[in-house]
Amino acid sequence: MNKLNDKVAIITGSARGIGFSIAEKLATNGATSVIIDLDQQAVDLAVQKIDDQGFRAIGFAANVTDQEQITSIFKEIYEEFDAVDILINNAGITKDGLIMKMKEDDWDSVINVNLKGTFICTQKICRFMMKKRSGVILNIASVIGLMGNAGQANYAASKGGIIAFTKSSAKEFASRNIRVNAIAPGFIQTEMTENLSQEVVDNYTAAIPLSRMGSADDVANLCLFLVSDDASYITGQTIQVDGGLIM
Amino acid sequence: MDIKSKVTEIIVEELGVEESEVILDASFIEDLGADSLDTVELIMKFEEEFDIDINDEEAEKLTTVGKAIEYLEKKLK
Ligand SMILES: NC(=O)c1ccc[n+]([C@@H]2O[C@H](COP(=O)([O-])OP(=O)(O)OC[C@H]3O[C@@H](n4cnc5c(N)ncnc54)[C@H](O)[C@@H]3O)[C@@H](O)[C@H]2O)c1
Repeated sequence: MNKLNDKVAIITGSARGIGFSIAEKLATNGATSVIIDLDQQAVDLAVQKIDDQGFRAIGFAANVTDQEQITSIFKEIYEEFDAVDILINNAGITKDGLIMKMKEDDWDSVINVNLKGTFICTQKICRFMMKKRSGVILNIASVIGLMGNAGQANYAASKGGIIAFTKSSAKEFASRNIRVNAIAPGFIQTEMTENLSQEVVDNYTAAIPLSRMGSADDVANLCLFLVSDDASYITGQTIQVDGGLIM
Repeated sequence: MDIKSKVTEIIVEELGVEESEVILDASFIEDLGADSLDTVELIMKFEEEFDIDINDEEAEKLTTVGKAIEYLEKKLK
């Protein structure tokens, strides 16, 4: 039996990378995956890829920081399916630099997309979930939000913020049977990490007990578990998928 | 539909109570079993149904069925 039969799952930033792997994983387990990402063409392509495998996906081009866009998309989904069971806040960006030299814009944009985008999507979805007295929200944080990283102060702050936001929303929504958890991936092979130099990659892998980078699928597997009823007693937690990088 | 019946209908639906319990003196929290999330949802529902904005300060005062009806009747005049 499929774990997620007839569930509707919205995944932000899911035209590629970890988000796409999550959308694919949930769809192959019976859900209808709703792909939200910036570029219409990329969204269409991602939907097509899931469709071609015989699973269900639909897509919308939108920016998670645009309240109006997000509100109208969520409403449209709710009206069509009469439910939104799962929200995965995955859209995220980096704008690395040392604090001394960091531009205000680089600080603002990372906090806006990663942290405020997570807040906006959570706020816009929670009414529908409250009405249904059920729902699951999963926020993609990062180990950087737990351990910090030189050159990533903005990103670390946004991800640490997501972890604290996860705990607050878990407490606010618990009485409505809405679970909220966070995943903190370690070093995962995607386009986000593709441009790193070999030296940086070697340094990282040397620090990872399982001595390799993770795959997007490693993250997607944990997602599937956390959004399924198998995890029905887990809320407010941040779970690492990092090969043992921090313990 | 007049405001009073519309408000009663919304309260019955949002709080899952019997229509007979929705009397003017009934407090949302003490008598109708609402918690803080319910009261926020209720205010948002009023805003939506009557197409108005209720600011937080006003919302805080709407603690009973009667107060809500009185407020909405004034606001929509
Ligand atoms: N790759 C890693 O090693 C790693 C580690 C820890 C956490 N993460 C987190 O996982 C998530 C996904 O990362 P990834 O590696 O797949 O990155 P990615 O850059 O490959 O994908 C991110 C996607 O989000 C989309 N996006 C960006 N801004 C958006 C916005 N404002 N609105 C809508 N969509 C937007 C992008 O277009 C892109 O498709 C991010 O939150 C990232 O911080 C990644």
